[in-house]
Amino acid sequence: MDILLEQVEYRYAANSPFEKKAVEEVSFKIPEGQCTAIIGHTGSGKSTLLLHLNALLKPTSGSVKIGDRTVKSGRKEKDLKPIREKVGIVFQFPEQQLFEETVMKDICYGPMNFGVSEKEAKKRAAYWLKEVGMPEDVLEKSPFDLSGGQMRRVAIAGVLAMEPEVLVLDEPTAGLDPRGRREMMEMFYRLHKERGITLVLVTHSMEDAARYADKVVVMHKGRKVHEAPPRELFSDAERLSEWGLGIPEVVKFQRMLEAKSGKTFPKVCLTMDELAEMLKQGGGLS
Amino acid sequence: MMEKMIFGRYIPADSIAHRMDPRAKLIFVFAFIAIIFIADDVWGYLIAAVFTYASIKLSGLSLRFLISGLKPVMILIAFTFLLQLFFAREGNIVLELGFIKIYEEGIRQAFFISMRFTLLVFMTSLLTLTTTPISITDGLESLLNPLKKIKFPAHELALMMSIALRFIPTLMDETDKIMKAQMARGSDMSSGPLKDRVKAIVPLMIPLFVNAFKRAEDLATAMEVRGYRGGEGRTKYRLLVWQARDTLALLSLIILAGALTAFRFWI
Ligand SMILES: Nc1ncnc2c1ncn2[C@@H]1O[C@H](COP(=O)(O)OP(=O)(O)O)[C@@H](O)[C@H]1O
Ligand SMILES: [Mg+2]
Repeated sequence: MDILLEQVEYRYAANSPFEKKAVEEVSFKIPEGQCTAIIGHTGSGKSTLLLHLNALLKPTSGSVKIGDRTVKSGRKEKDLKPIREKVGIVFQFPEQQLFEETVMKDICYGPMNFGVSEKEAKKRAAYWLKEVGMPEDVLEKSPFDLSGGQMRRVAIAGVLAMEPEVLVLDEPTAGLDPRGRREMMEMFYRLHKERGITLVLVTHSMEDAARYADKVVVMHKGRKVHEAPPRELFSDAERLSEWGLGIPEVVKFQRMLEAKSGKTFPKVCLTMDELAEMLKQGGGLS
Repeated sequence: MMEKMIFGRYIPADSIAHRMDPRAKLIFVFAFIAIIFIADDVWGYLIAAVFTYASIKLSGLSLRFLISGLKPVMILIAFTFLLQLFFAREGNIVLELGFIKIYEEGIRQAFFISMRFTLLVFMTSLLTLTTTPISITDGLESLLNPLKKIKFPAHELALMMSIALRFIPTLMDETDKIMKAQMARGSDMSSGPLKDRVKAIVPLMIPLFVNAFKRAEDLATAMEVRGYRGGEGRTKYRLLVWQARDTLALLSLIILAGALTAFRFWI
């Protein structure tokens, strides 16, 4: 299922003295089965844009095509549940959405809202809890007795248990420790590769965008200013800094190495592994 | 709808009303609320309306802005108007349509009550629109200060008020965020049978309460580590200065009260 944004504009508090244009003239495609990263400075409209991907917000002008449904400004939409079932969103700080007495019940909440039987939902809860790296005995505990990082994992399991086709992640690793970050991203990436889930990732980590994305969309002051595969995007550090963004450490290192050795590598390396491989083959750096 | 409401918000600007002493504004509004009840005929309300309009002019805000920002309250007022119109049963019948009978007294009451309500809402909105929450609190504390002699916790009350005011927008944002998060998980608050809709409130209220308590605790800790010890011996960064215009504003109220009384009893 592709998602297609066309000339999307969103104004908060439209037609009031507090009107605030958060997103304007944004068009791009989120192709099925790919990982699309959205990067941009704080306040550039990323979160607002994400809310359009499962019709939580309706554009004030323009349209969003989600599979075979089109959400358009000025048209009353009925029965948005099928859209929300297919597009799962993990919000920033999702641990704030936990409310049930037990972890089990909380994870079952989403699936059961979409008509999954209790028995099946419980099976899914056990399965997805394991997938997010939590021990099974947590199922009967209260989510409020867990640590912050564990609550985050439970909340994510609650979205995954809906088994959406498209998984939208709004800075899913913000506030986690480095190891938790890594594990979490690797898990999402594995789901993406193994199950073909379409990923949309909003991130402040250029490393993550470089490592996982097939395509990166750059937002700046509510507009889409660039859209490119990561290798192309990160080869132009100057432009990125104009939008208040940087390049991954690996790329910085490569640039420094090139400057000091006077040699240029044939391509920009996006991960440590790639760079190591390149150095091994290229050799001869003295 | 909520994000358009201006009731209780502050609009920064530079006008006479903005520059007034918050104490004067507080007295002004409370006194106005009392005075408006003197009016009981068309002339009285006309004078009060002109007075309110002048106050709006002095605040630098436009009438249209106020009306559009207070739309939800206006709907409520319109509703009250209709209730009065249809249910008051005094005086002569003016209009009869099937089972609906409209009485002379009904029209009178409907007009006066909604007029009074509108003027009150405008005036109280002017107070919050032209005064930062922190100034309102400062003003209130200063006005209540004499009561400290009889052990009235004026400082604590003012502090509680300023904290509450400070967190209202935060709480509104949070409600919106959690509502969206639960909607993404298939909760449906806007359709279906009433029982289901009521049920859908639980997943919203619990996270809201949990967060509010957590925040209150953090705030208490933060105040404690910074050595907060109540109002004892505390000086103010913002000083309140009473000026001629503040006295004039209160004088104008006395004139209004006098005029309304005159119209009510002698004219
Ligand atoms: N609920 C809201 N009401 C009004 N303005 C908002 C709201 N949410 C976000 N904004 C504004 O919209 C702009 C974009 O915000 P957001 O989409 O959260 O950006 P990002 O996720 O990239 O940090 C910001 O200027 C922000 O202040
Ligand atoms: Mg954001």
